[in-house]
Order: sequence, then structure tokens, then C-alpha cells
Amino acid sequence: MAAPSRKKRRIHALDIIVLAAVITLVGYIAYRVDSVLVYKWDWSAIPSYLFRWDEKTGTLVPNLLIKGLVTTIRIAIWAMVVASILGVILGIARTSERLFPRLVSWAYVEFIRNIPPVPFLFLFYFFISSQIIPLLGIDEFIHSASPGTLTVAEFLFGPANLMTNFVSGMISLSMMSAAYIAEIVRAGIQAVPKGQREAGQTVGLSHFAVMRYVILPQAVERVVPPLAGQFITLIKDSSLVALISIQELSFLAMEIAISEQRFFEVWIFTGIMYFVVCYACALAFGRLERRMGAYRR
Amino acid sequence: MARNTGDNAMIRLEGVSKWFGNFRALCDVDLTVDQGERVVICGPSGSGKSTLIRCINRLEEHESGRIVVDGIVMDDDTKHIADIRAEVGMVFQQFNLFPHLSVLENCTLGPMKARGIGRAEAQKLAMEYLEKVHIPEQAGKFPSQLSGGQQQRVAIARSLCMTPKVMLFDEPTSALDPEMIKEVLDVMIELAETGMTMICVTHEMGFAKTVADKMIFMDAGQIVEAATPADFFSNPKSERTKLFLSQILSH
Ligand SMILES: Nc1ncnc2c1ncn2[C@@H]1O[C@H](COP(=O)(O)OP(=O)(O)OP(=O)(O)O)[C@@H](O)[C@H]1O
Ligand SMILES: [Mg+2]
Repeated sequence: MAAPSRKKRRIHALDIIVLAAVITLVGYIAYRVDSVLVYKWDWSAIPSYLFRWDEKTGTLVPNLLIKGLVTTIRIAIWAMVVASILGVILGIARTSERLFPRLVSWAYVEFIRNIPPVPFLFLFYFFISSQIIPLLGIDEFIHSASPGTLTVAEFLFGPANLMTNFVSGMISLSMMSAAYIAEIVRAGIQAVPKGQREAGQTVGLSHFAVMRYVILPQAVERVVPPLAGQFITLIKDSSLVALISIQELSFLAMEIAISEQRFFEVWIFTGIMYFVVCYACALAFGRLERRMGAYRR
Repeated sequence: MARNTGDNAMIRLEGVSKWFGNFRALCDVDLTVDQGERVVICGPSGSGKSTLIRCINRLEEHESGRIVVDGIVMDDDTKHIADIRAEVGMVFQQFNLFPHLSVLENCTLGPMKARGIGRAEAQKLAMEYLEKVHIPEQAGKFPSQLSGGQQQRVAIARSLCMTPKVMLFDEPTSALDPEMIKEVLDVMIELAETGMTMICVTHEMGFAKTVADKMIFMDAGQIVEAATPADFFSNPKSERTKLFLSQILSH
């Protein structure tokens, strides 16, 4: 294996000028904000919203911000899974030789891509929670579940009383993201050279086998980088489900900001929490990307 | 399905035509290739050589005429297409190896996933054919780690693993550096000696003289001349063939 090529690490005069300019600009803005706003910063309320002391058990338990963060991560992970499954199916349908799957998938993708998320979320939330959720039978499940299974279900989907709400929001979010993933998958499949499919056909593989063993493994590698971007978008977009009263990070942050009257502190801190989650996701995908494609060495 | 047509024809094309939009790439092509026969096709670029052999395994769909391979009629029946593909191997100009699979896996994919042969048996078969193309030692490598000549030989082995009755070659040496052409042609000559039915699109006239039973010259989607190599090279009948031969033999 060849030694990995490194970008130059030496610092040049231009780098110093750029750095100085950035520092000056940031300092100036900070100064302006401070002098114009005359704002008295008070971060003291934040820690108590992360964890609070529970008198009854005598332990530290997570408070609203951490609970919200957990809900955000939970909804994002579920939505990633559901959106990926849906997106892969739609993406494959987009490249189908048959007209019907291609048309359905095309219509879905264009429908989602051309309406903003807010109307979509509202409309679909009401549709899903009134039509789909009863079909899933979540309420009956909660009522009839043994304490053991309920604990597992609560770990996976959050508190029982909010579960239908959570699932509706998660499905809405997934359906939105699936359209974009479908486009990524389609592009990934179409980027595999035509000769690969032909070679698969000449060694006798069926249409399905060509897809499964020849096209998709090669498409996956092309799909990972844009998919990482889409997943990060999904995490950020999950804040939109606050609009339909899913009690995730943004929803709870909004409540705290109002009740404490500390808008800047709460929102800055919330922004940092999102940043950490998204950046961790980006790093994880970066690693995955480097580990794949070993055969191209 | 009448497999036994009573004659010796492995491949029979009757009045085959193919259009790309308004452009007619094949015009009423008739061609018969007997079992064990070696046919070399040449002709200028764009004359329809690739299109012709790609119609034989349905990589292109012909619009009119009849194609029969080993008694199986090529029609829209996917079963027939699969049956024909099972008997016809193909080697491409650009190798088209599966880059995400090792050399061995390239060779075992078809037998395992199309034929349902077990892994151990498929690997044994693959090693046998990799030995026939003289690169058993490369079995564990990925295609990108091999030279062009080695890659093309893997592609030949990959096709042979499906134990085809016919092998189609579409300019198998055109993408190779000169010093690698010979190693691929040698493998093809050895294959010809086993009695394999072969159709090769190539401009390697030395190879053609060595192995061909029949030479075919194509131009503008038609077979202009079909003759034994001796006749073809010493006294071509058509002016277009003469011109073509003088151009390609001059250097
Ligand atoms: N998929 C396609 N769509 C449209 N036209 C095509 C397509 N494939 C081939 N053609 C056209 O059909 C004609 C014959 O092409 P073909 O590839 O069979 O030629 P060829 O004899 O193999 O040439 P070469 O020596 O360059 O490989 C060419 O004019 C080409 O432009
Ligand atoms: Mg060609």
C-alpha cells in the first residue's frame, strides 16, 4: 500500500493574514453585540435542565434537555432506518425498466421535493396519526403488553403515553427523507457502468441477482458520502417535528426558553447539542467511507 | 423446444435487422456458425460488429429476423433468453470485471448464483480455469491490482466457468498495451484448440490467420464478404474489403 499523501501542513504568510482577519471580525462582532444588546448573560439555569436531583431516589436524573436530546436521537435513528429502506426501494424503482414503478417513484420524489417540510409535516402528521396509527395497533399493544416488553418498547420508542405521537412524527420525517435518499440511491445505481450489468447478464445472473451482487455493492460505496449529508439533514430536520408537538430537543428548548426567559443561552446551548450530534454522525460516516473501497487500492 | 435441428449449426441468424432510433445498425444479416467453427469479424468502426454479436446474447434486442442459438429461438421469453445466455460466454473490450470482488469471486459468482453450485465446487472449477489462462496465483487479488492482460484473461476464465458452448469476443485486445496483447491471444488460441465455437471481433489479423475457419467483413450494418482466411486475405472480392485490408495491413 502506498503511503497516504498528506496535504502540506506548513503555515504561510497568507494563512496568518486570513487568521488575523477572521479573529478581528469575530472580535468586532462580539464587541458590537455586547455593546448594542446590553445583555446580561446568565447560564446558571442550563445545568439544572440537563440533570436534576431526584429527592425520592436520591440520584441525579436526566432533565428536559437530556430527555429531549434522547428523543431527538431516537427519532433520528428510527427515521434513518425507515427512510433508508423506503429510499432504497424507491431508488431501485426509479431505475427500473418497467414504466409503472418508475412513474410511481418519480411522482413520490417530485411530490415531496416540491413542497416545503412544514405543510407536509402538518398534513401527513394528521393523516398518519388518524389513519395509519390505528392500523398499527400501538394503543392495544401498550395496554396488553407485559411490563417486560413495555420496558423494551419504551427504550426503543420513548414513553408509552407519547408513543403514538412519536411514531407518527417519525414516519412523517422518514417519508420526507426517503424522497431525497431515493434520489441518492438512483444516482448511485446509475453511476455504475453499464458494462457491469452486461457482464453480470452474460455470466447468467438474473435481473435480481445482477442488482443484488453486482450493482448494489458498487452503488453503496458511491452512496455513502451523500447519504451522510442526508442523515445530518435528517437530524437537523427532526427539529421540525416540534411543530407537531413531538417532545424532542427543540420543542423542550422552546418551552425552557420561554419559561426561563433566557432565549440566547438556551438556544445557543441547544445549537451546540445539535452540532455535537451531527458532527459525531459526520465523523462516523467519514470513518466508514475510509474503510470501504479497500479494493480500489 | 426443438434443440435438434438436424444440422450442425450452433448459431443461425436469418435476416436480422437492428435499429437505434432511425439509424439502422444491422441490415438483413444472415450468418450461420457451425459447432466448433471459429469466425473472425472485422470491419471499420461503426459498421455494426459489436451490435451483431451483442444480439446473439440479447445485450441488444433485434427488431426483425430470427436468431437461433443451439436450437433455442431468441424471442421475448425470458426463459429462452436465460437458456441462450447460459450457453454463450462473452468477453468485452473493457474487461468489465467486477471491481468489488476478488479474481476468484469474479469467477465463482456466476456458477454459484446462476447455477446454484456450492462454494467449494465453484472455487475448484474457477481454479481450474484460472490455470487454463495461466494466472492461478492471482486468485486472491482484486481486478484493479492486475495488469490489463491479466484482467482480460480473468474475464475469459470467468466466462469459461459457466461452461459455455459458444464464446463471443468483442475486440478483446483493443484496450491492451501492445506487450500484453500476445498473452491474451495465446489464451484464445489455446481455447480455439479445444474445439470451442468462437466468434471474435478483432483486427488482429495474425490471430485471424491462425485460428479462423471463416472471415467476415462488415460495413454499414451488412456482411459484405464471408470467406475462408486464405481467400479473404489473398483475393478479396469486394472493393471495400480490399481497401479495408490495405489500410489495416499497411502498418
Ligand atoms: N446504444 C446505441 N444507441 C445508438 N446508436 C448506437 C448504439 N450502439 C451503437 N450505435 C451505433 O450503431 C452503429 C454500430 O455500432 P457498433 O458498436 O456495432 O459498431 P462497431 O462495428 O462495433 O464499431 P467499433 O469498431 O467502433 O467498435 C454505430 O454507428 C453506432 O454509433
Ligand atoms: Mg465495437
